[in-house]
Amino acid sequence: MNNFWKILLFVLMTIVLLAGIIPPIVDNPKSFFEFPLIPGLEDKAKIIFFHVPTAWLTVIAYLVAMFYGIRYLRKKEIYDDMKSVSAAALGLLFCILATVTGSVWAKFNWGAFWHWDPRETSIFILLLIYGAYFALRSALEGEEKRARLSAIYSILAFLTTPFFIFIMPRLMIGLHPGALEIDPSTGEIKASANPVIKFQMASNMRIVFFMSLTAFTILFFWIWNLTHRILRIEHKTKQEL
Amino acid sequence: MNKIQLRVRELKKTFNNRLVFNKLNFDLNSGDRFVVTGKNGSGKSTLIKILGGVLTETAGEIGYFVDNKKIDRENFYKIVGLVSPYLVLYEEFTAFENLSLFSKIRGLKISETQINEILNRVGLFERRNDFVRTYSSGMKQRMKYASAILHNPLVLLLDEPNSNLDQEGKNFVDELVFNFRKDGIVIVATNETQDFKYGEKIINLDEYKNSNKTF
Amino acid sequence: MNEFKRVFYIFYKDFSSELRMRFALNALIMFVIVAVSTILFAIGSERAPQNVYAGMFWVVVFFSAMSGLSRAFVSEEERGTNLILSLLANPISIFLGKFLFNLILIFFINSIIAILYLTLFKDFIIQNWNSFLLAFILGNIGIAGSSTIIAAIISKANVRGTLYPVLAFPVLLPLILMLIEITKSAIDGNPVNDVSAEFMVLISYDVVMLTASILVFDIIWRD
Repeated sequence: MNNFWKILLFVLMTIVLLAGIIPPIVDNPKSFFEFPLIPGLEDKAKIIFFHVPTAWLTVIAYLVAMFYGIRYLRKKEIYDDMKSVSAAALGLLFCILATVTGSVWAKFNWGAFWHWDPRETSIFILLLIYGAYFALRSALEGEEKRARLSAIYSILAFLTTPFFIFIMPRLMIGLHPGALEIDPSTGEIKASANPVIKFQMASNMRIVFFMSLTAFTILFFWIWNLTHRILRIEHKTKQEL
Repeated sequence: MNKIQLRVRELKKTFNNRLVFNKLNFDLNSGDRFVVTGKNGSGKSTLIKILGGVLTETAGEIGYFVDNKKIDRENFYKIVGLVSPYLVLYEEFTAFENLSLFSKIRGLKISETQINEILNRVGLFERRNDFVRTYSSGMKQRMKYASAILHNPLVLLLDEPNSNLDQEGKNFVDELVFNFRKDGIVIVATNETQDFKYGEKIINLDEYKNSNKTF
Repeated sequence: MNEFKRVFYIFYKDFSSELRMRFALNALIMFVIVAVSTILFAIGSERAPQNVYAGMFWVVVFFSAMSGLSRAFVSEEERGTNLILSLLANPISIFLGKFLFNLILIFFINSIIAILYLTLFKDFIIQNWNSFLLAFILGNIGIAGSSTIIAAIISKANVRGTLYPVLAFPVLLPLILMLIEITKSAIDGNPVNDVSAEFMVLISYDVVMLTASILVFDIIWRD
């Protein structure tokens, strides 16, 4: 990855880390450097700069892993499988981070580490899929077999995800911002009025948020790039022996 | 009478970074008999599997053309009969049941009499109602031949054709190979020099590790 | 027509084999009995809320499926008969034949589970049989479909037994969740229309997974 991106990443990440943590949260933000207070969230709102990108990346990583998996199936080039598995490894890492930061947020906001609300359940299922992917890989001998079968599994698991999108809202009445709630007056299920995720963020928070998203995405691609290149070199050296 | 052609181009197979063979090229036509030999581990069985459509090659291509029409890999089973040491039949069924099931799965319209004829031809008629699990290795080998010729294939792939066979069995194999259908192709993979007689052309897979040798 | 016959005979081979040997079938039936007994003992004389029985029913179904549906491919791989099978038919027929076997098997086993639940758990009362039966049929098709393709994948691996539920769970989960919802609704006696959306999801799951399985099976099957 060339220097432009590395410098950009450094700059963005520094801003995000500083801007994400330092500015105080006050009732009536007067300057650019103050974040508005959202009742119920207060100081903990800052976690949004870090939690959401990890969840976002865990999905991106999966899509990258699947893309290169399919490419392997078509071209049988083992380097595509290396790209696939490195993306999946990063995806797993970010998935764990997302689950952990999410639980921490849940504990501080709603009292318990886990509630089985739709978003929590989805990230958990993604964790299971990643886990299954690696369990499968470690049970397979032969690089060609491993590459081929794990690529297929990643496709099959992916195909089931749209169904979750249908199911979740029906099944669960959640605490997660943006989920359904029961209207206290009529007892009906309706969309949540909680504004945090639905981008009613103040403009200054929004800037930092998108910077964070960008910074983490660049970070992902950088680490992914290094990882699959290392795998490639390892493979080549083994070949020459 | 059909006309069949087998074209093998730049065939390469690797297992986990280990090269088995590379740049294999040959053409075979109706009536050809071909012997593949080489040391243990040279890839004879691997080549047979690839030609049978049950193993995927790493690079290159193989094509069967029947009356000039290309056969898809998923249809290889229709034209190929394969016998090899690692072929395993269904031991919980009798010889007759095995062949009967095979003919039904293949969608062949074969009568009981015809199945019995095949069993007779391979010398298993008396034991046709015994479970294959009770068979000796020589009898199992005969059973494999029965399954290979059941559908009157155009291509016969024989890996170690005479293994486990007594003299009578060996006579059967000779008769099968030399009197095989004139429009067919026979490919024999073997270590035994006595088996070289089966082929008009012989290749040694050891020579295909990296060279540019064309046939 | 010929194609169906060939699929049928691939199924028939497994069916007669199982009938003759009965290794897997007996163990599977015992597994079901043990699983249901375990739940019986766990609940004891307590009464669980009615909705919980819906979940418990499909949980036992899931684990029974994990116990019994991998045999279709694993037995071929273990005994080495993979080769002869691939020399007898094209990959799609092989998959459909195995799928048919697993489908019949799962219908049989799940019927036993349903009967056990209906007789042993006094609170497991279905008020709307239409919903339940429809879910039962569509659900079995879905479970059999996904389980069969995953069984094909794990048959190529080592450590197959424990790997099977690990791979199958995320793939079957949406289906199981739908089935639990519909069963709850059937227990409550709600009309079929209430869960029509869930049925739509069920049907699409079946169609999508079966189609995908047929498309990818060849790549799994041929080494």
